[in-house]
Amino acid sequence: MNEMTRNERESSEERKLELRLAPPGVENWFNTSNNNKQRAYDYDYDYESKLSLGNFLHFPSNKAIVVKGKESSSSQTCCPKSVELQNGDNKVTAVSNTSQKRTAPGPVVGWPPIRSFRKNLATSSNSKPSPPESHTQQHNKVAGKKPIDNFGKGLFVKINMDGVPIGRKVDLNAYDSYQNLSSAVDELFRGLLKAQRDSSSCGGNKEEEKVISGLLDGSGEYTLVYEDNEGDRMLVGDVPWHMFVSTVKRLRVLKSTELSAFTLGTKQDKIPT
Amino acid sequence: MKNRNATKPRNYPLSELQSHNPDHVLEIVLETVLQFLTSRRDRNAASLVCKSWWRTDALTRSELFISNCYAISPRRVVSRFSRILSVTIKGKPRLADFDMLPADWGAHFSQWLTAFSTAYPWLEKVHLKRMSVTDDDLSLLGDSFAAFKELVLVSCEGFGTPGLAAVATKCRLLRVLDLEESLVDINVSDYSGIVDWISCFPEGETHLESLVFDSVFSPINLEALEKLVARSPSLKRLRVNGHVKIFHLYRLMHIAPHLTDLGTGSFDVPEDTEDDELVFESPFAASKSLVCLSGFRDILPEYLPDIYPVCGNLTFLDFQYADIIDTDQIKSVVSRCHKLQTLWVRDAIFDEGLQVVAQTCKDLRELRVYHLHASDGVEAPVSEVGLEAISRGCRKLQYIMFFCQRMTNAAVVALSRNCPNLVVFRLCIIGRYMPDALTQPPMDEGVGAIVMNCKKLTRLDVSGFLTDRAFSYIGKYGKLIRTLSVNFAGDTDLGLKNVLQGCTNLQKLEIRDGPFGDGALCCGLQHFYNMRFLWMSSCKVTRQACQAIAQTLPHLVLEVINTAQDPVDDVELLYMYRSLDKPRDDAPKLVTVLH
Repeated sequence: MNEMTRNERESSEERKLELRLAPPGVENWFNTSNNNKQRAYDYDYDYESKLSLGNFLHFPSNKAIVVKGKESSSSQTCCPKSVELQNGDNKVTAVSNTSQKRTAPGPVVGWPPIRSFRKNLATSSNSKPSPPESHTQQHNKVAGKKPIDNFGKGLFVKINMDGVPIGRKVDLNAYDSYQNLSSAVDELFRGLLKAQRDSSSCGGNKEEEKVISGLLDGSGEYTLVYEDNEGDRMLVGDVPWHMFVSTVKRLRVLKSTELSAFTLGTKQDKIPT
Repeated sequence: MKNRNATKPRNYPLSELQSHNPDHVLEIVLETVLQFLTSRRDRNAASLVCKSWWRTDALTRSELFISNCYAISPRRVVSRFSRILSVTIKGKPRLADFDMLPADWGAHFSQWLTAFSTAYPWLEKVHLKRMSVTDDDLSLLGDSFAAFKELVLVSCEGFGTPGLAAVATKCRLLRVLDLEESLVDINVSDYSGIVDWISCFPEGETHLESLVFDSVFSPINLEALEKLVARSPSLKRLRVNGHVKIFHLYRLMHIAPHLTDLGTGSFDVPEDTEDDELVFESPFAASKSLVCLSGFRDILPEYLPDIYPVCGNLTFLDFQYADIIDTDQIKSVVSRCHKLQTLWVRDAIFDEGLQVVAQTCKDLRELRVYHLHASDGVEAPVSEVGLEAISRGCRKLQYIMFFCQRMTNAAVVALSRNCPNLVVFRLCIIGRYMPDALTQPPMDEGVGAIVMNCKKLTRLDVSGFLTDRAFSYIGKYGKLIRTLSVNFAGDTDLGLKNVLQGCTNLQKLEIRDGPFGDGALCCGLQHFYNMRFLWMSSCKVTRQACQAIAQTLPHLVLEVINTAQDPVDDVELLYMYRSLDKPRDDAPKLVTVLH
């Protein structure tokens, strides 16, 4: 009852909202900003008078009515019907029910709000089928460059290596096995890696180019992983080659020590040391 | 009295004025004065004064703005306004962009076009947003409007290259063709049906000022594009799609050195380019006019330095698709953009990148930090640290959209204090129901600070763990808010009630996955006619309540979607809007239209 009087007092004056921490749903939040000084618990009654809704509206009553001690009593006098409308199956709780939701797992439609075509567009040219030749144009040569056929027939995927800011592209159709791919990756990055090392070792002794080996079995300093068409990251080498080629979207050469930090696809059950 | 030459005011010689009765003179004077009223809100106000003002506005209004294509029938519009030159229509609600509506939901342009084609033969501009447009529509458009100049399709779908070819062929005076985020040919699995629409533009000089096709999936005829650009002396804005590689882009830039707005396409080299061919002379150094830059769909980092010379002039930079580059590379660009006012970037920029932005871009008005897919292994690429840095450095900020995985109240409060001119605040904390990352309470105080301190705020988009308190703040202080989006937040009906009763200017309300039910919904009965729409998905609204509301308020349309197998009471999606028309008949089976 004390609460009631305090609220009555406070609701009639300009009330600044104090910033304080409190459990949710316990305190009474009266909306005093309306000019007509409408009280929260009065709104059902108010609707009856303003809009002549009558009592045929079969709404379950507002959950807030049960929260405030005063309201339930007043609403019983002012609008008995609305209390009657409180159906049993509409459980009105004063306690937040977000606790149930907070553990809701799994993906949700439209969340996070990212337009699906944005994801598609980011890798647009790689995943499209090769278009007909008729669109190919003959370009004038510029400074001796050969005419560029815009629509190559290769299956080019991007490949990045840890520690090397510049990515490359490899044509997977040019290889027929993981071994060949591994050697190609080695050749591709060997030089770049050396350049990185040279530049960061303060001009010290220039080492020989180191062969990048053990990409597929985890025995080397680096390991080859790829991102498939579902966005999962997988170790390269587990599935048959042709299946790999049909699902791969991007390649990455990771430091083997970093492997456990990344989540791998569910198909993997072996993690190299 | 239709005047064919609609752009010029009608001239009345004095003798003619003297011979008319006073009422008619008044109308003539009114017409002459009203033509200076261009803002639609002013015109709407003027038309409410009295019958003759309403009539005069109807005769003289030239720009039509339909914010909800189902709010009114085309027939009614056409019978009221007789001299429209420009039309803007918005269709689906915003959340349709995230696959939350069935594919065939509606918003068809056809019925509007049919009405316009007979009523407004001198129509010059059509702007559509989230509408369904077919190739036949585009062809009819080209046939119907001889003076057609501007076509802008934002987030539209349903058409392909045949439609574009029709527009290019038939609209000889075309100045603007913008296909922003419109999914052209997205479902095409092979390119055999593609039409070479670029070649369809007429020979000779064109009037083109803006050509935007960065979201068109299909390849284009690059040689024809070069020729088109070469014969378009007025071209200022060109945004190409990902099939245009660097080599071609640079050629285009050489052909059109006066571009102010460039979308760079892929910014990549063709796949089979040899290493020794990777040397192109960058035209960016010579470009004095470029102020807007976007594209970079498949960017090859080696070419990034090419754009450095132009960074100092840029006011708009869209880097959100720059996929492969890392933080240092983003920083290298941003640190040169002293005049930047709008920056769209991926969260790969990291907090340290945002700090560089804060130090460099003192003029920044708009910042959007997007999240495309999980950054490689990094848990929180951008966080409260970055937001706070931005707030300290970019005091002129008016628009912020921030995707992040963690946030604190303190950072949001700091933003509200340092950037009081904020008009738009959109915070998307990706994990659902995330509290303050440092101290664990709800994000209520942050939201409260935003609505309290940013007195010009008109758009608010909140997420994270929020209780009723946050909504009471919004209701109490958010008096100017027109658009409110609530994601996975709220405690009890009281929250929604406070918003519906407190936010007197609320026009658009989107709630997804909230605990609000019928009681809260009914709190808005007095307000729904003032709102453009209400969206409630995965809340606790029941069908009975919707039916009751529909019966109570005759000009309100409630569209209900429930995909559950059993006829359950709960409504999965409620989309409610005011309408002066009878309820639509083109809704798909899933949608029940209550009225």
